[in-house]
Amino acid sequence: MRTIKFLLQKEFRQIFRNKALLPMILVLPIIQLVILPLAADYEVKNISIAIVDNDHSPYSRKLISTITASGYFKLTGYTASFKQADQLIEKDQADLIIEIPAGFERNLVRENTEKLFIAVNAINGVKAGLGGAYLNRIIADFNTDTRLEWIQPGRYNAVPQIEIAPSNWFNPFMNYRFFMVPGILAVLVTMVGGFMCALNIVKEKEVGTIEQINVTPIRKFHFILGKLIPFWVIGMFVFTVGLFVVARLIYGIVPLGSIVLLYGFLGVYLVALLGFGLLISTYSDTQQQAMSIAFFFIMIFMLMSGLFTPVDSMPGWAKMIAQFNPVTYFIEVMRMIVLKGSGFSDIKYHLLKIVAFAVVLNTWAVMNYKKTS
Amino acid sequence: MTDLINHMNNPPVISCKDLSKKFGSFTAVDNISFEVKAGEIFGFLGANGAGKTTAMRMFCGLSIPTSGAATVAGFDVFKDTEKIKKNIGYMSQKFSLYEDLTVAENITFFGGIYGLSNKQIKEKTEELLGRLHLENQAKKLVRSLPLGWKQKLSFSVAILHQPKIVFLDEPTGGVDPVTRRQFWDLIYEASDTGVTIFVTTHYMDEAEYCNRISMMVDGAIKALDTPANLKKQFSADSMDAVFYELARGAKRKAD
Repeated sequence: MRTIKFLLQKEFRQIFRNKALLPMILVLPIIQLVILPLAADYEVKNISIAIVDNDHSPYSRKLISTITASGYFKLTGYTASFKQADQLIEKDQADLIIEIPAGFERNLVRENTEKLFIAVNAINGVKAGLGGAYLNRIIADFNTDTRLEWIQPGRYNAVPQIEIAPSNWFNPFMNYRFFMVPGILAVLVTMVGGFMCALNIVKEKEVGTIEQINVTPIRKFHFILGKLIPFWVIGMFVFTVGLFVVARLIYGIVPLGSIVLLYGFLGVYLVALLGFGLLISTYSDTQQQAMSIAFFFIMIFMLMSGLFTPVDSMPGWAKMIAQFNPVTYFIEVMRMIVLKGSGFSDIKYHLLKIVAFAVVLNTWAVMNYKKTS
Repeated sequence: MTDLINHMNNPPVISCKDLSKKFGSFTAVDNISFEVKAGEIFGFLGANGAGKTTAMRMFCGLSIPTSGAATVAGFDVFKDTEKIKKNIGYMSQKFSLYEDLTVAENITFFGGIYGLSNKQIKEKTEELLGRLHLENQAKKLVRSLPLGWKQKLSFSVAILHQPKIVFLDEPTGGVDPVTRRQFWDLIYEASDTGVTIFVTTHYMDEAEYCNRISMMVDGAIKALDTPANLKKQFSADSMDAVFYELARGAKRKAD
């Protein structure tokens, strides 16, 4: 125990003395947590739309004003021919084209039917998909409105209609920030804790001080603990600031579930994650190598964790990878406890898996750290 | 001076027999056999790349030999590396105290992990700072010290826990002659307390300060005796000449 005391004393002295590292650990994650959720918004707005109106009738104008008034679209072209509108797509000035055929109003009134043509620029998949969907909704609404104008409502509705009234549970206003902030905080804690820890040990290798440690009778387990504990504390600290300062004061997110449960899970998660960082450090000889390996995993951790895209919609092999990504579980648990107020029985399997990660990664790291080569 | 003291009847603290270390097809240390007696100042000489550091790392329990047998402080270098580590001090070629800790903090840290009590650490710190005349620098970061002082500090930290043997790998590389002389005074002081000194160097004047020296060429030991006897053997008037005579035959390129 005394050995660990001396190791911790040394580690904290070095961390607090490092004028470059300290802001990196403490300030940068907070800035990111303030900025990223504001930008990472799934709601697509400002979709540029070009309209080819071959009809110029009151109905076509009504349709156009319905579209532009929806707030999702920005009219960037009102052209006479499809060809011209097509050029706008080429120049990236339009994401969508809607072509209103000549005789739109006449056909709609006389024949009760008319076709519209929508072309979508699918370069940006999210924008294309959502833009097309929004436009369909707007046209459907327009359709219903015009029908109501003409068709006298009978005693019974001639066409039975199913009306859908969705209600969003746990996040009634579908505020994306509520959803993103806990996830982004999880990723930030992961990056700060795990990778700083990995770099710290590799730095000792680079400078050569690890040789001086290896020639002492210090136990491997003690040395690893001496590296793990400081970054565990830092991870806890960053998380606390993120949750109680940024998430609460800026985004108004108050965890619904038990704080104790959240911290309990975080505590175990950090042990698993730091084990991963230690493992990277035992396989790298230079900080550059460690950074490269860490970067590879950061990308996978971020994109395959369900932070941006749900794990359920991934192909089978990707789901498998997500299963072996500790960040997946942490993000899920964060959202469950913070937004849904989940209790212990809801997250017990997550916790069990993280415990397994912690045991395997740390054992592996201790075994792979060699004092004698 | 110390040549007059005969250590040959002392028990050996390092002994090795046919010790080898191979890295793939490269034989860094090739069947070396010798003994170092307790209390000796043993000079371990050789050109760059001759295998000195590799051999030293094996004695320190940092590297497992490929074949042969060796004991350090009575412990086997294959099995008991951690027990060896309790009984030795090591100062590597690369300065390896923590540059971002102060002088006193480095002493506390290394004293602490060698298991010294708080009282011992306090006493040792005062004694060490006094001996090195570093009383006013105790709160300075090691980074800011001149190289010579760093090396003296590094040596003092290596013998802080009163090891049986201290291994010094080119401790005076890049240090000015006055500081080198002071460094050797520290080595003698330590030697007087009974610590065995195992030292590598490229300075032939320093070789003269040793009780016995060995010359390593291409991973093998080509000569081993007192400086006086070696000069006689090679009919040379200085250790420089002995070194040239032996190192000339080296096939390995120096690095």
